[in-house]
Amino acid sequence: MSMLLAIEGAISQGVLWGLMTLGVYITFRILNFADMTVDGSFALGGAVSAVLVVKGMNPWLSLLPAIVAGMLAGGVTGILHTKIKIPEILAGILTMIALYSINIRIMGQANTSLLGEDTVISLLNSIVGASSNVLALSVGVVASIVAIVALYWFFGTEVGSALRATGNNEYMVRALGTNTDTMKIIGLMVGNGLVALSGAFVAQSQGYADVGMGQGTIVIGLASIIIGEVVFGNRFNFAYKLAAVVGGSIIYRIIIAVVLQIGMKSTDLKLLTAIIVAFALAMPVVSKQIRYTLCVLFIGLMMLMTKQIILILFIVAIILLIALLVNMIKKAMSSKSSEQEVKGV
Amino acid sequence: MLKISDVTKTFNAGTINEKKALNGIDLHLKPGDFVTIIGGNGAGKSTILNMIAGVYSCDTGSIVLANEDITKEPEHKRAKLLGRVFQDPMRGTAGAMEIQENLAMAYRRGKRRGLGWGITKEEKEIYVEKLKMLDLGLETRMTSKVGLLSGGQRQALTLLMATLQKPQLLLLDEHTAALDPKTAHKVLSITEQIINEQNLTALMVTHNMKDAIRLGNRLIMMHEGRIIYDVEGEEKKKLKVEDLLKKFEATSNGEFANDRMLLA
Repeated sequence: MSMLLAIEGAISQGVLWGLMTLGVYITFRILNFADMTVDGSFALGGAVSAVLVVKGMNPWLSLLPAIVAGMLAGGVTGILHTKIKIPEILAGILTMIALYSINIRIMGQANTSLLGEDTVISLLNSIVGASSNVLALSVGVVASIVAIVALYWFFGTEVGSALRATGNNEYMVRALGTNTDTMKIIGLMVGNGLVALSGAFVAQSQGYADVGMGQGTIVIGLASIIIGEVVFGNRFNFAYKLAAVVGGSIIYRIIIAVVLQIGMKSTDLKLLTAIIVAFALAMPVVSKQIRYTLCVLFIGLMMLMTKQIILILFIVAIILLIALLVNMIKKAMSSKSSEQEVKGV
Repeated sequence: MLKISDVTKTFNAGTINEKKALNGIDLHLKPGDFVTIIGGNGAGKSTILNMIAGVYSCDTGSIVLANEDITKEPEHKRAKLLGRVFQDPMRGTAGAMEIQENLAMAYRRGKRRGLGWGITKEEKEIYVEKLKMLDLGLETRMTSKVGLLSGGQRQALTLLMATLQKPQLLLLDEHTAALDPKTAHKVLSITEQIINEQNLTALMVTHNMKDAIRLGNRLIMMHEGRIIYDVEGEEKKKLKVEDLLKKFEATSNGEFANDRMLLA
C-alpha cells in the first residue's frame, strides 16, 4: 500500500520535474550544450516564486518572474560562453556558483517556507478538493502540454529552425547569415526559463524553497532524457520526442520511489543517479560482453545499496520477462512484415 | 564587383608557429568572372576565401564586395552577399534536419529570421523545381534527413542552397576534393550549369589543374601567400597542364608541385 502511495507521489513529482527535463533537453540535445547553469536556475525559480508568494503575490502570477529570472541566468551563461569565450561547462558552473549566493540573497536565508501560504496546489484544492498528489499531477500535466505545444511551435519558426541548426552545424548557420552566438543565448534562455518554472512548481508543491534544491538537477535531467529515449524510442515527430522526455522524468521518479521503498538510503540517491547515467552512456560504446558484465555489476550494486537481495532479484526477473515478451512481439511483427514484403515482390 | 586591396594575414603572430598565410594580395573581379585558383599546400588559397567570407579578420588591407566595404563585417553579416560551398560535405548542410528544412534556411539567407513559420507551402514547390534541376531524385525525398545523403548529394544540395538566393559572389573551396572522381565530375557539371544559368561571379579553389584550365574565364596561381600568375580569356584557353607545372617549378625554385597536383 505504501508502495502505491509512493508511486502516486512519484508520478506527480515526475511531471513537475519533467518541465526541467524539457529545459535540459533543449540545451543538451537540441543546442548540443552541456549546461550546468540548471542546478542554480532550478533553485532560482523556486526561490523567486516562494519569496513573492510570501510577500503576498498570487502563486500563479509568481511563476512569471521565476521564468524571467531563469531566462536571465541562462542569458548570463550564454554571454560568458559566446562573448567572453569561456568553455561551455565552465561558463555554466560560474553562473551556477554565483546563483548560490544570489538565491540566498533573494530569500534572505537558506530557505523559505510556504507553510500556511497559498500555493497553486492549495488554490486548486479550495475549488476542487482533490488530494494534493492528484492536483500536482494535473497541474504538471497541463503545464507540460502547454510547454510542449509552445516548444513545438517555437522550433518550427525561422528562429527555432536556426536554433536547431546551430546545435547541428554552426558553420552552415553562419554561412547562411545567422549569428550563432545569438542563437545559443536564446536557446540557453528558453531552456533555463523552463528549468526555473519547474523549480517554482516543485517549491510550491513541496511547500518550501531551499538553496540546495537544485543540486544535481543536470544529472537528473540527463538521466530522465536517456530513460525517456530508451523506453519510448527516438521516433515520430518532435512533439512525441518532447513528451517522451517528460515520460522519462516520470519513470525516473518511479525508480527512485521504488528503491527508497525497498530500503535504499535517501542520501545514496545521487550516487544511484550518477551510476544510471554513466551506465546508460556506456552502453553504446562498449562491446556486448562488457555490457552483460556491467548489468551484473549494476544489479550487485543495487543489492549492496538496498540490502534487499530477494526483492532486487524479483524486480530483475520481472524486467527480464518484460524484455523477453517485447522481443517476442517485435520478432512476430517483423516476420509478418517481411512476409508481406516477399509477397509484394 | 570584388576588390581586394593589399590584404595580409599572419597566423600565430609572434610565436614559433608564426605563418604568413597571405602576403599583400590584390585582386579585382569583374561581374560575371569565374576564377579558378590553384597552388600547392599552404599557398593561401583557402585562406583568401575564408578572408572574404569573414572567418578570419584582415591584418591589413580592405575587401570591397558589390560596393560595400566588408573588411570589418562579421561572418554572419557578410553572408547576405555570399554563397559558400566547403571542402567537407558535412559543413554545408545540417545532417539532422530535413532536406526541405535545409533549403528553407538557405532561402532566408541574409534576411532577418523572425517568428513566422520556418517553411511555407509555396516555398516547397519552388524547392521541388530546383531539386529536379539537380537530377539526383532528391525532389522525392524532401522530408528525408540530409544525414542520409551521400557526400556528393550533400555537395550538390549545398551548391543549390548557396545559390537559392542569388549571391553577389560564389565561393567554392575545393568543393569536389572529398568526392570520388565520378561524383566530383557530376558536382562540377552542376556547378558549371548553375553559374552559367544565373551568370554568377565565382571563385573556385581546386587541386585539379585540368579542371582549373577547363572551367572559368580566368585562372590564378598562388604560392606562399602571393598571386604569382594571373591569366584570362584567350590566353587561358590555350593553357596546358605542362605550362602550369613549368610555371610552378620556376617560381618555387625547383621545389616540385605536390603529388596530388601531378596525379590530377
